[in-house]
Amino acid sequence: MNYKMVTYILGWIMIFEAIFMAVPSITAVIYGESALWSFLITAGICLVIGGLLTMKKRKKTTLYARDGLAIVALSWIVLSLFGALPMWMSGAIPSFVDALFESVSGFTTTGASILSDVEALPRSVLMWRSFTHWVGGMGVLVFIMAFLPLSGGQNMHLMRAESPGPSVSKLVPRVRTTALLLYSIYFVLTLLEFILLLCGGMTVFEAMNTSFATAGTGGFGIYNTSMGSFSPYIQIVVTVFMLLFSINFNSYFFILVGKLKEAFSLEVKVFVFVVVVSVTIITANITSMFESVGEALRHSAFTVGSVISTTGFSTADFDLWPELSKAILVMLMFIGACAGSTGGGIKVSRIVILIKGMAKELETAVHPREVKKIKMDGHIVEHETVRAVNVYVAAFVLVYAVSMLVLSFDDHSFTTNFTAVAATINNIGPGLELVGPTCNFGFFSVPSKLVLIFDMLAGRLELFPMLILFKPSAWKK
Amino acid sequence: MNIIIVGCGKVGSALAAELNEEGNNITVVDVDADKLNDAAAKSDVMGVVGNGATHLTLQEAGISRAHLLIAVTGSDELNLLCCIIARKAGNCQTIARVRDPQYSRDAAYLKKELGLAMVINPEFAAAAEIARVLRFPSAMKIDTFAKGRVEMMKFRLPEGCPLAGCAVKDIAGRFGCDVLICTVERDDEAYIANGDLVFEERDVISLIATPKNANDFFRKIKYKMNSVKDVMIVGGGGISHYLCEILRRSGNGISVKVIEKNPKRCDELCEALEDVTIINGNASEKAVLLEEGLESTGGFVALTNLDEENIFLSLFAKRVSHAKVVTKINRIDFDEVIRPLDLDSIIYPKNITCETIVRYVRAMKNTIGSNVETLYNIVKGKIEAAEFHIKEGSPDIGIPLAQLQFNASVLIAAILRGKQVVIPRGYDTIQPDDSVVIVSNHLEMHDITDILK
Repeated sequence: MNYKMVTYILGWIMIFEAIFMAVPSITAVIYGESALWSFLITAGICLVIGGLLTMKKRKKTTLYARDGLAIVALSWIVLSLFGALPMWMSGAIPSFVDALFESVSGFTTTGASILSDVEALPRSVLMWRSFTHWVGGMGVLVFIMAFLPLSGGQNMHLMRAESPGPSVSKLVPRVRTTALLLYSIYFVLTLLEFILLLCGGMTVFEAMNTSFATAGTGGFGIYNTSMGSFSPYIQIVVTVFMLLFSINFNSYFFILVGKLKEAFSLEVKVFVFVVVVSVTIITANITSMFESVGEALRHSAFTVGSVISTTGFSTADFDLWPELSKAILVMLMFIGACAGSTGGGIKVSRIVILIKGMAKELETAVHPREVKKIKMDGHIVEHETVRAVNVYVAAFVLVYAVSMLVLSFDDHSFTTNFTAVAATINNIGPGLELVGPTCNFGFFSVPSKLVLIFDMLAGRLELFPMLILFKPSAWKK
Repeated sequence: MNIIIVGCGKVGSALAAELNEEGNNITVVDVDADKLNDAAAKSDVMGVVGNGATHLTLQEAGISRAHLLIAVTGSDELNLLCCIIARKAGNCQTIARVRDPQYSRDAAYLKKELGLAMVINPEFAAAAEIARVLRFPSAMKIDTFAKGRVEMMKFRLPEGCPLAGCAVKDIAGRFGCDVLICTVERDDEAYIANGDLVFEERDVISLIATPKNANDFFRKIKYKMNSVKDVMIVGGGGISHYLCEILRRSGNGISVKVIEKNPKRCDELCEALEDVTIINGNASEKAVLLEEGLESTGGFVALTNLDEENIFLSLFAKRVSHAKVVTKINRIDFDEVIRPLDLDSIIYPKNITCETIVRYVRAMKNTIGSNVETLYNIVKGKIEAAEFHIKEGSPDIGIPLAQLQFNASVLIAAILRGKQVVIPRGYDTIQPDDSVVIVSNHLEMHDITDILK
């Protein structure tokens, strides 16, 4: 591993984290909160360490694929550790593991909380939680790449390691321009939601938090009832934007350059299909629980949008819904959003490739000599990609199983453990039963919390960056 | 600049890396996805899988926004087709690599009819480079203008040179030579040569002349060019074919000997070339080399297809003779191993192709938004040479140069009229449709009128 380059980039991560702290700091100044100091001290620490690490001239700037993976994993760990500091120092969250859980949950856009009463938190801490969603949604290294002139093609290793999806492609020849484009789209969409929320009567503070949390498909609410207490208009706006943020951002780029055919790719079509079918079934299933079909539709659309986009907001306690609806929601948790979006989960494109791969294997069972390639949108899916998808799912199941096992030591119900892991590894937030929308993760033991923290990071970074840290040969020079 | 490179072989990927480094947006097109992945891992470029000669693929690669398309696939025909399609599909300049001597003889026609900006023949380019090394080993630098048709040589006047103390305008009178002095560099200052400038010892001067006149001039000013009198070439491939032609055309009587082991190829060379001694023999046999006079030859050029053999032969030649040795090496990857070896000049044909294209791209980039066709740096940051195309109705047409009122710091270095290169004198005139190379220290020339008072 190129340690000098790794520490150099980690240094920049810390400097950027210090800059990010400006957002909650300003909030603290506006509301006159004492939490200001914890943010300023953390930012100071980050600046000093970051400055020291980036000061040194590094000779070898070559990064290999393994460096890319390791840098991304370490960056996110460092980011989360320092992101937890202000929450812990300000006394908002007394236990450091809890603060770390909250911070990781923020950056990975999970939205799972250990807090039972979020309304008691200082507003600056709430703002920081939401802002971590926004930063984590598109990826912090992508952000750095957009603004920092890191030379060479090796950046692609970083981008590939951080961006979700089975294969990452650039929109334009340069990584930097691609990163800038992605962030511009992200920023404009966030701004649009913010304005629409303001029109719906939200305060600036509420609208900012909500749009940050939606944009990153995070799901930290600023009220104990999540989105339940807001007007139907706001719930609809949030539903729409949750879905928009879980569509592949390449689609928006293609729409911008007028290539509509490319924009509506197979993945997007499948995504829309899954959403429509799920909403229809759940609406029918829960109509009796609500006064009108319209209301049932609103809640089911919101919940489906929230779960498939892996945001994790809630307007209703879906833990009380019929088993069919719950089963569909749990399945949606695993499907997740589109590749190249801010959402988590296994990703629609992987599911499509898996199913097509299965169909292909069935075909070859019937016609053993048949030559067949998996295609998507007219392009052949490389064998490497198909293999990577299969391995991904295998690794996913393995991590899942081990996590379940560790959680089971706490002796909670199977559904609780199962959905707790599902909700964290897929970066959703709420699960069912004890970790349902009205509950929180605070009751888990420290080892379980650490496992869930790992799951959140592994889920956001798509497993391999985190797993490679356990491989000793990756640490060799 | 947005550049599309079709063909991601050695030259394609090297070009992509180099041009990307210089701040261009590169899209590489190839049918082989693996090659594209390798290129994208090495440098910040985007890959598009597909046949670069199809409209659809070019569209995907963003031909509508591209400024330049470079076709460097293995096939000449495909390269030309890519360029034709690109011209039709977008509004970009095109460069094609064309290897086959039959096509490259048509280069001028192809360029004109197909609207190509440049046709590059790697073997010819390599041969030209070798010829330059052999003809003028002690030059500091040779720049070529007008796509290689005009050469500007730069060298330092030695101490005790008869040229010292002579004014520029007196050269023709005192030495009877037809050369054009362009710039003089002295103590960190760079001057455009006007008639009254007097040379001093140790000046670095650059001049334009035909190879023949240049030889004449150097002999008269007693400048030792150390140019080679006789050359032994090992290997009779494309490069040596071109090299023989170039050396013969330069007309300073270099006697050339080619050793080739394939009798059929010997026959072909014999038919195509005149005044060249062709030896049918295996050059990897020591006896053959010694029999043909390796020990006394002035130049030795190793051009076989095997890098290892070229290196061995060159090292042997260095050992037994005082010859100027030129070694051709195809693989660039192990440069570190080769460089410390005691070899005089190493020629990497692929590098030369890349460099030629990169130089063109640089010039093209500098000239966006002006009438300048190409722009070259003569003395970095101080003197530039620009090539202008003269349009009908330009105010300077038809007036003898001596009567044109120039800015003090301007020199007309060459006039290109069709295929002909005129090294201008006072009585020459500029005609419509000429291209004019102008040397100036006025660094922002946008139009030919900028140089007139």
